[in-house]
This record gives sequence, C-alpha cells and structure tokens, in this order.
Amino acid sequence: MKLARLNIGFIPLVDAAPLIASAEMGFAEEEGLVLNLERSPSWSTLRDKLCFGHLDAAHMLAPVPVAGALGLGGDMAGLEALSVLSINGNVIGVSRALATRMRAAGHDFAFNDAQSAGQALIGAMDSTLRIGVPFPFSMHAELVHYWLTAMGLEASQRVSVHTVPPPLMADALRAGEIDAFCVGEPWGSSSVEEGVADLLLPCAAIWAFAPEKVLATRAGWADDNADLAQRLIRALWRAARWVSEPGSRALATELLSRKPYLNLAPEIVECALLGRFSISARGDLRHVPGFVDFFTGAAGFPWRSQAEWIGRHLAHRFGLDASLAIKAQSTFRSDIYRAALGHVAHDLPSASAKVEGAVTEPLAVGSVGGRLILPRDAFFDGRVFEPSPA
Amino acid sequence: MLYLPADAIRNSPVTQDLSIILVEPDRDKANQIVESLADAGFARIQVISEASSLKRQIGALDPDMVLIDMANPSRDTLEEMAVASQPMDRPVAMFVDRSDDALTSAAIEAGVSAYVVDGLRPDRVKSVLDAAIARFNMFQRMRIELAETKRALEERKVIDRAKGLIMKAKGIEEDEAYALLRKAAMNQGKRLADVAEALVESAGLLS
Repeated sequence: MKLARLNIGFIPLVDAAPLIASAEMGFAEEEGLVLNLERSPSWSTLRDKLCFGHLDAAHMLAPVPVAGALGLGGDMAGLEALSVLSINGNVIGVSRALATRMRAAGHDFAFNDAQSAGQALIGAMDSTLRIGVPFPFSMHAELVHYWLTAMGLEASQRVSVHTVPPPLMADALRAGEIDAFCVGEPWGSSSVEEGVADLLLPCAAIWAFAPEKVLATRAGWADDNADLAQRLIRALWRAARWVSEPGSRALATELLSRKPYLNLAPEIVECALLGRFSISARGDLRHVPGFVDFFTGAAGFPWRSQAEWIGRHLAHRFGLDASLAIKAQSTFRSDIYRAALGHVAHDLPSASAKVEGAVTEPLAVGSVGGRLILPRDAFFDGRVFEPSPA
Repeated sequence: MLYLPADAIRNSPVTQDLSIILVEPDRDKANQIVESLADAGFARIQVISEASSLKRQIGALDPDMVLIDMANPSRDTLEEMAVASQPMDRPVAMFVDRSDDALTSAAIEAGVSAYVVDGLRPDRVKSVLDAAIARFNMFQRMRIELAETKRALEERKVIDRAKGLIMKAKGIEEDEAYALLRKAAMNQGKRLADVAEALVESAGLLS
C-alpha cells in the first residue's frame, strides 16, 4: 500500500504525545499514513497554517474551533475537532511572593482543593490579580474565569488575563508582569525548577474531565477526505492507548524529550505523565493520579456537549448571544469519530452529548460495542451543565 | 526598548502617512525590513525589540498596522488585541488581515504576519505587505540555506565516523569502506547519511 502523507502541526507540550507516538511508534504506518510533524512557535501561527491549507491537521486548543464558530478572533476559516487529544493537563502557579503570603495565612498547598486554594489566593492578592494564559481562546482562560467567578471574584474588575507564550511564562513572572499563570505541562514544572513559581492547583481540581486539546482540521476536510480522516483518528486512538499504558511511560517520556519535539530534560517531561509534581523550590511533592489523560473513559470522544459548554462560556465572556453556542456544538465531529472507531473501540458512547459535571463517581453508561465507564467529571462547585437538545 | 530608525526616514522617497510597528528582536533584521518598507514609501515605522509588555507598548503607540515574524512566539500576545476582550483595552481592535486570501497565503509562506486596524484600506495593506513579504522571503531562504549547510556538515561527520568504524572492523581502506557504505545504502533504498547514522548508533550499543 502506498503511504499517504499528512502534514500535521503541533506545539511542544506533553499533550502532543498521541501525535508524536503515532508518528514514531508505527501507529500511523499501520493505517497507511506518514505523519510529517511540524513544530509551531505559536497557536496563532498553527491556526493560520491550518486555515490556509499549509497543514492538513493540527494539535489545537479545544476552544479554538468553537471560537471560530462564534465568529471570534477575526474572520478565521471554520475549523472542526475530529477527536479530543487530551483531557486536563494544566496547572495553576503563583509567584513566590504570593505563595509566601498564602502560606503565612495558613494555606496548605494541598494541590487538590480549588475552593480553599481560591479563597487563599483571593485573600493574598493585591487589588487586581494578573494571570498569564497561553491564548485568548483556551481551556486555561475558560477554567480560570470559571473558577474565579464561582469564587465571587468579579472577573472583569479584579482579574486581568494576559496572553503569554508558555516558554516565556517564567520570565513574565520574574519580571513582575503577572502574579500567577495557568499553563500546560511541562511549563509549570519548569517554572518551579527555575525558582520563580509555586504550583497551586492542577486544573483537574476545577473541572475533573475538561477537554484540553483536539485534533483540528478545516471544516469540510474530513468530509472530503473521509478515508484519510478515519485512518488518522484510528492511528491516534491506538497511539493514545499505548501512551496510557504504564509500561510505555519511560519510552514515551524519552520520545517527547527529543530535540524535534519538546527538546527538554526527560525529568521535566515525566512529571505530567507520572502525575508527580514538585510544587515548590523546597521540593514539596504532590501526586495527581491521571493528571493528563489520553484514553480512559472514551477520552478521545468529541462530545458535542463539551463544545457547547465552551461555547456558552465564550459567548458569555464576549457578550454574544447564547444561542450561538448551540450552533458551535457541531464543530465537535462525534459522527466522524464514531464512524472511524465503530469496529475498533469497545467503549464508544451511544450518545453524542452528555450532562457535563454530573458524574461524581465512575459510572457505567450505554455504549455501542461493550462497556463504557465514564470517569468523574465534576466541577469543583458542584454545578452541572445541561446541553441543549441538538 | 524602542528606537526610531532615523536614517530610513531621511532616505525615504515619499512619506506615506501610515504608522507601522515592527516586532523584531534581531536589530539587523529589523533594520533591513525597515529599509525595504522605507523604499516602498512607508517611513513611519517603529521597532519593538522586547517581548515584555508587548501589548502595552503597542497600545501606547497606537499604530495602524503591526508586523511580526511568524516564528516569534510572542505573536500569540498580539492575538489578544484582535479580540480586545477587556474593557480597559484600547477601543480600536487590530485583526489579522485576511481580506486577500492569496496575499495572506503568500505572507504565511514568507513567515510574516500582519495585524491591521479595522477600516484600513486593502490597497494600503497590500503595498506594505508586498514589501515585507519580499524581505521575509529572503530571510526564509537564508534560514533554509544555513540549516542545509549545517545539516550537510553534520552528515559528513557521521559518514566519516561510519567509514572509520567499517575500516576498523574489516581492516580495509577508506575508499573500500565508503564503497561498502554506498552499496548498502543503494540496496536498502536509503540515503547514505541515514545508513551511516544507523551504523554509528548501533555501534554505540556494542561499545
């Protein structure tokens, strides 16, 4: 079989693992694909290259296709998500000065309680809190807003959110341009390593099952290239399964650390995959099982309700009509994902939308070929999100 | 840091009244781009060379257009101006110019990105971009040439090491070792450098 070549862009982050493993471990070849992975310096450049056809697909922040459907971020060509590449994987960190004040006020940095961490942060902050996030349309921005608004902090008045490229997050903190950040690994751990930040919270403590990165393509590409799209989804599904096996961790870490990918020390890359964090310069250790997830509980399934949750929050933040969020549901192509994996995965959900945040204990639900157990997906404040009927 | 390239302004033939910011940390590169823009008649150009508080710096200068290298990670910071979400942001939103698909595609190819204020005439955007694209294309070619030279040099080193290994293992002369390596590459349908690298890597395991 002649191999088909696909140009795929990625950002050097731990959650690019399924793409990297797919290219390096033969999962793409099994599907007759050669993945030409291209590292991108920024999300905007990745998005533009994808929109203008210089790339076939890309590792993308889950809110970017949704923002496009809402008409945000200029008149970018429509994008859609063929699968979810990763669940969770971000951390919130604070400056050493804030951390010292929070400790003095009695906060324990338990690294698992968004309520107490939020209270301690609000108690220790100056009149405004400046938080760095990687991109205006990101789960980082959405989760920080969700968290602080639920804690009663008036987002627009007392919080200012700044876009800072992850590799520059430590510099921005050191220069006093921001007081805190929300960033994907390994950039949180490397800020601790550089001695400029203490880690406060994994974002999973805000929403236990947040779609983080998606596999994005131009709207219509997957319909026009159905066979290629399905092969790519399958290759990534197998790669995600491989990355999630404990036995693969050492090799996955080594692959990710390599020069064309993250080009960072394996010890730093490993933190996220093991869920073991050194949260301060004093070396306090915290363990977060399943800190970033690629596979458990149909992690790759692009739920339309996830797109609508993101759409609702974006619409609210940017003062747009909430009904637009319903339209944005269709940017998450659960139909294509199901067609690709119908004969392969045993835990494909039979529904395409679910109530988000309702699962407080692992729950068995209806699936196509066998048994699907949905992992906990609760929000820290106990709210649930009911999607609109499609 | 911010500086005004005064020479460029003095030398420009016609001064077009459009204020442009160039975000570029490399001073030589910045000067070359400024020169090309000045040649095209655009002289109100200011260069920002530092990524810190980029948004504030741009806000204070209130430009009509911002140019940035697509390889610059700070580009994402500019995206914030394209959405102007916060009430305290400056009211005039900049957006990534996509009025002309062919032009935007050429800009992406060249590696330059332009943010413009709403309402700027497309022909004016085009004349700035045309000048910038030409210059960025040149940088791109230089970058590729440099990478190619570096790669060729590294490959030669690996091939030399592989030759050395074969000479030692088989007790043969250099040209014989080279001929063996080339034959292996041809038989396997691979590049000489790749076969040499595989050999050097495997030899590392045995030593």
